[in-house]
Amino acid sequence: MALTREPIEPGSFRARQLLARDLLRGDFEGLELERHVEQSILTTTLDRAVAWGRSNAIFPATFGLACCAIEMMSVVAARVDIARFGFEAFRASPRQADLLILSGRVSIKMAPVVRRIYDQMLEPKWAIAMGACSSSMGVFNNYAIVPADKFMPIDVHVPGCPPRPEALMHGILKLRKMIQDDPEMGWRQRYDAQGTEEVLQGSEPAGA
Amino acid sequence: MSTRSRYRAREESITLSPLEEQIAAQRGGETTELLTLNIGPHHPATHGVLRLLVTLEGEIVRELKPIIGYVHTGIEKTAEQKAYWKVIPVVERMDYLSYYFNAMVFCGAVETLLECEVPKRAQYLRVIHLELNRIMSHLVWLGTSALDLGAISMFWYCFRERETILDLFEFSSGQRMHTRYFQVGGVIEDIPRGFEAKLREFIAIMPGRADQYADLLQRNEILLQRLRGVCPLDEETLLGLGVTGPLLRAAGNPWDLRKAAPYSSYEDFEFRIPVGTVGDNYDRFAVRLAEIYESVKIIEQALDGLPEGPYITEDRKVALPPRHELATSMEALIHHFKLVTEGFRVPPGEIYYAIESPRGELGCFVRSDGSSKPARVHMRDPSFVNLQATAPMVRGAYIADLIATLAMLDPILGGIDR
Amino acid sequence: MPDQVGLELIAGQLATQIPGAVRQTTFFRNRATVEIAPAAVRGVLAQLRDEHGYRALMSVHGVDYYPEEPRLGVHYELLDMARVDRLTVKLRVPLAEPNVESVTPDWPTADHQEREVYDMFGVTFDGHPDLRRILMPEDYEGHPQRRDFPIGGEPVLFTYNDATSPGWTR
Repeated sequence: MALTREPIEPGSFRARQLLARDLLRGDFEGLELERHVEQSILTTTLDRAVAWGRSNAIFPATFGLACCAIEMMSVVAARVDIARFGFEAFRASPRQADLLILSGRVSIKMAPVVRRIYDQMLEPKWAIAMGACSSSMGVFNNYAIVPADKFMPIDVHVPGCPPRPEALMHGILKLRKMIQDDPEMGWRQRYDAQGTEEVLQGSEPAGA
Repeated sequence: MSTRSRYRAREESITLSPLEEQIAAQRGGETTELLTLNIGPHHPATHGVLRLLVTLEGEIVRELKPIIGYVHTGIEKTAEQKAYWKVIPVVERMDYLSYYFNAMVFCGAVETLLECEVPKRAQYLRVIHLELNRIMSHLVWLGTSALDLGAISMFWYCFRERETILDLFEFSSGQRMHTRYFQVGGVIEDIPRGFEAKLREFIAIMPGRADQYADLLQRNEILLQRLRGVCPLDEETLLGLGVTGPLLRAAGNPWDLRKAAPYSSYEDFEFRIPVGTVGDNYDRFAVRLAEIYESVKIIEQALDGLPEGPYITEDRKVALPPRHELATSMEALIHHFKLVTEGFRVPPGEIYYAIESPRGELGCFVRSDGSSKPARVHMRDPSFVNLQATAPMVRGAYIADLIATLAMLDPILGGIDR
Repeated sequence: MPDQVGLELIAGQLATQIPGAVRQTTFFRNRATVEIAPAAVRGVLAQLRDEHGYRALMSVHGVDYYPEEPRLGVHYELLDMARVDRLTVKLRVPLAEPNVESVTPDWPTADHQEREVYDMFGVTFDGHPDLRRILMPEDYEGHPQRRDFPIGGEPVLFTYNDATSPGWTR
């Protein structure tokens, strides 16, 4: 019987079958393996487990600016208890924090400071703009304030002036749901910011 | 970087040698090296975004320069663009822990300009809400200061009481913070049924709770060692720096505008002014704790003596008519329309009105040019002036004492930066 | 507050001690104001403190009297704690020459407050130990609280200008 060689179209079922066979055999290495992992269109259980872990152990950064900071302190207090969800560990150092809750108005003097702190946070990181002043200009539409969207990516905007602690809680839980559902949830995808990753010398850029 | 920014160039020109020489001269020639640290604006201990340039010799603070402006919101300029009654929410957000006081001082200034009478019931309601706000501000101060000093559980206890007070505010005005309850001429709405009962419950338990806080803190050895005798400042220097409020009272001067120049019926109430003796951090702490008891007394007297009557001035050129009148009276409709669209006009003039806020003398300067928008609103914020006292207080103290002093100073950056 | 008579007496004494100092007195809504010549501010405040007992300077703030000239005003709120008396001392300087002598050496409380007036209005205080901007960033140009400085801010986004407004999200 003559053996025929047919070119296998990449992405076809046969190609994927062969890939899966190689994966199970442990024949993948290096770049191929990475590419395969990136191409997997179904979220694996591992991804979901990691997302679950990340979403339930967010460390907010202590970043109170103005009146919303007092309501953020109320969220930590006993009536609306953020510790129920595991988020009571507010870290002072941005290097140890995941979540930046911008509570309060960002003045033009403070905006570069906020940006620098956000840059110092390690990925994955999220930001909540709490209150009307940081989401849009709020009550004060004047020369002195910057809305946070202009200089840093925000994941959840919580309106209110100041938002009730329950409202902030709702915003935080929404963010938690976002993290749980989509482990690839990178702000770079949503803000078309591919290419802004920090690339170490001689290695591939980290995922999207 | 090949091009040096002006900032870096300026930094390189900072030299500490005059200060070092000064210290060396004091020590008879023994030189020392000073280190300038930057604390803030993002720092767990500062109350708000305050930046401090601290020059240290080892752990001792030799010089302190506060740098502010990180929450500057342009409130005073925004207020020039808005009708008088629309300025009230804008100005409330200034000193964000004592929002009723901000509204009161602005309304008081405009009422003086208008020569508008505030009815007695409105004055008593204002006093009740002002004193509740004072208690709430002191509670937040106590919670966050104890947090700074390491007594973390105080935070939760104080915020428990704060939630009760915010429930009362929500009851009377619908909002927890920045309630827009005070209007020019009185208050926006009468207190609802059930408010009095709930308030009486609160004032029944509050002294007991304050006793609990005192028990926890006042004889705590660590707190005493951290606050007693630390960073005292005498009355003369404080007066020269324009410091008022609990800081001045801790140094022994019983100046309180509620007693000295009573406004809004404060002369009807009997209360005492807690005064300290030494003027150190412990006195500042004790004075504020004692003021909570006095405020509860004032609220109780105001509630007992609450007169019947209108809750806002009857002058329809200034205050909105009650809604049921709009269906029957043509003038009420016209007044309502004029007040809501344009706002009332204030005769030209300038006024400075001052009240006693939890941090000191809160003053408001309003200049009107005859139109419906103010021509200049300036709030003399107590924290802005009190902050100048930080440097004399902490020179010669340790960094930990600096943090404790900053906590006892009770600066609110919203008021400082406006 | 000193009443009208008291105000006139104080103004009269100031005028004799420092000739040319007092320009105007105002008694409005039970509050006394003395308008003085800008050059005499330190002397007048010292006089008020030593002779008349106004030992506390509560507030130093600026006002822009646009469009009346002289345009920039500085107000000093004095308080006599012993007799619970308030007195306002005000002076006006033109935009072309906004120099006022700083009272910080006599009244330490004026330090930050004069810096704020400088920052917001552009009034320079000669003799101030450290006159730089206090609320705005150090390299900011312009003096925001002057009446002809634009209010600034972002345009409110509606559907018709959403796509053309720069800088938001995308």
